[in-house]
Amino acid sequence: MSGTTIAITLAYLVAAVLFILGLRQLSSPKSARNGNFTAALGMVIALLATIPLLHFTTAGITIIVIGVAIGGLVGSVGARMVKMTAIPQMVALFNGVGGGAAALVAVAELLRFGAHPAFAEAFPSVFSIVIGSISFAGSMVAFAKLQELMTGTPITYPGQQVVNGLLAAAILGFVIAVLVIASVPFSFIALMVLALVLGVAFVLPIGGADMPVVISLLNAFTGLAVAASGFTLGNFALIVAGTLVGASGSLLTKLMSDAMGRSLGNVLFGAFGQVQAGATAAAGGAQARAVRSGNPEDLATLLAYSRRVIIVPGYGLAVAQAQHAVRELADQLEKRGVEVDYAIHPVAGRMPGHMNVLLAEANVPYEQLKEMDEINDQFKDADVVLVVGANDVVNPAARSTVGSPIYGMPILNADQAKNIVFMKRSMRPGFAGIDNELMYDPKTIMFFGDAKDSLTKLVNAVKAA
Amino acid sequence: MSSELLNEFTFFVLAIFVGIEVISKVPTILHTPLMSGTNAIHGIILVGAIFIAAGASSPVEIVLGLVAVILATTNVVGGFVVTDRMLEMFKGRQAPKATPPAK
Repeated sequence: MSGTTIAITLAYLVAAVLFILGLRQLSSPKSARNGNFTAALGMVIALLATIPLLHFTTAGITIIVIGVAIGGLVGSVGARMVKMTAIPQMVALFNGVGGGAAALVAVAELLRFGAHPAFAEAFPSVFSIVIGSISFAGSMVAFAKLQELMTGTPITYPGQQVVNGLLAAAILGFVIAVLVIASVPFSFIALMVLALVLGVAFVLPIGGADMPVVISLLNAFTGLAVAASGFTLGNFALIVAGTLVGASGSLLTKLMSDAMGRSLGNVLFGAFGQVQAGATAAAGGAQARAVRSGNPEDLATLLAYSRRVIIVPGYGLAVAQAQHAVRELADQLEKRGVEVDYAIHPVAGRMPGHMNVLLAEANVPYEQLKEMDEINDQFKDADVVLVVGANDVVNPAARSTVGSPIYGMPILNADQAKNIVFMKRSMRPGFAGIDNELMYDPKTIMFFGDAKDSLTKLVNAVKAA
Repeated sequence: MSSELLNEFTFFVLAIFVGIEVISKVPTILHTPLMSGTNAIHGIILVGAIFIAAGASSPVEIVLGLVAVILATTNVVGGFVVTDRMLEMFKGRQAPKATPPAK
């Protein structure tokens, strides 16, 4: 083993250790930001260590410089410009391009191996092509759903499972063809196309509210595709880093679906929210049911003379960019001696932890953000619960209606409070597409309007009260 | 099975266990940043992309290499930057807590 090889191997080892330390730090709030730096440092070391291994052609060095410049620009500008509310789809996009890169690397390697590669080289390559392509296409659909470029409702059609099954069988057929008969461009390009189609078909029937779980799963997929590329290239850094992501990403996916009170199988194949079409159609009829709605002055008096107010923020708050307005309202109430807390449901926002990020952006003090388990017993002592742009996470149907798509999901006990103020743009159902009984509760006062406008009106009314 | 492949397989299996073990206890609020951080780490595929790009000579190899490098770099740079943006806010909201005792 030459000195250079030893140095490169050790540098890869250092990079792998930094990735592991980075992940560890990322799982604790105090050290999370350092963890990201640690992992980035590992990445820089792994990239630098790779350079001595390369034999550049003139074209090679040119495309690397151009590629890094373009990718670096797109990545950094995209990541800096994106609004905090759009973070989930951005993560989907960055995940998808990683999966795409893994598939392309595998295609290039297969081209190089010729028609009859050794099994140990061909197998990880086809694995990487299939999984990387599924991750790419699936992530793009997830992006489109979250960005609302297409409908967030599950897209289903008769015989969908059969079509997906046939796609999977066709992929398996081409995998065997490449491995056993011959590795020719036609077969692995067909493989890639089929895997892309399967990626799209796999995510289409999954509802927008479940996209975070899907993105997390595809993130783990990309990790595995990268690890497979590592086997093809005989590269230690790719194997270890890819596998770390594959394993931790799978666990994270499970943690996320647990937080929603559902099994992963149910998320992926349950066509969650399928009833949405029906529910939306029923929404017109629902409007006929009586709800109580209030004006800002009455609500301000109610709030200002309460002892304890719990705010339940949801994605609607973020969409209306009302984080600052809600903090101002909380400040005004606290000035009057009202005790204010925020109840954060594990899946508030569009991704677990998303709401914390959004409220932190508005400088809401960390101590006021209470997790569900911590605050759920306290709702019965609250004078007012203020639901801002949230819906499904306070829907009692999760507890009582067995047939409901959200049945079994842990919810915030907002219905136990003495009064509920429900701020909403309209009677339209939430992201899961189902009607919310809480809106018809006699203790509930609806306050219709854009979250930001409504909160500003409330702030002014509280000041005057 | 060659000894090299056996070694690689060993790393692979050990890395699975490390990956699961290292994040076993993560609070819900960090799920999104953690996902984004692991997302950036699989951008290591850039190492693979520059491998195939460096030796590219035929037009097909050049196109594959260029696109792979662009996609992988976007993954790495975007992944780390967007994770940092999220985590920057977590630090920001703890600042008010830290300031009063300092004065």
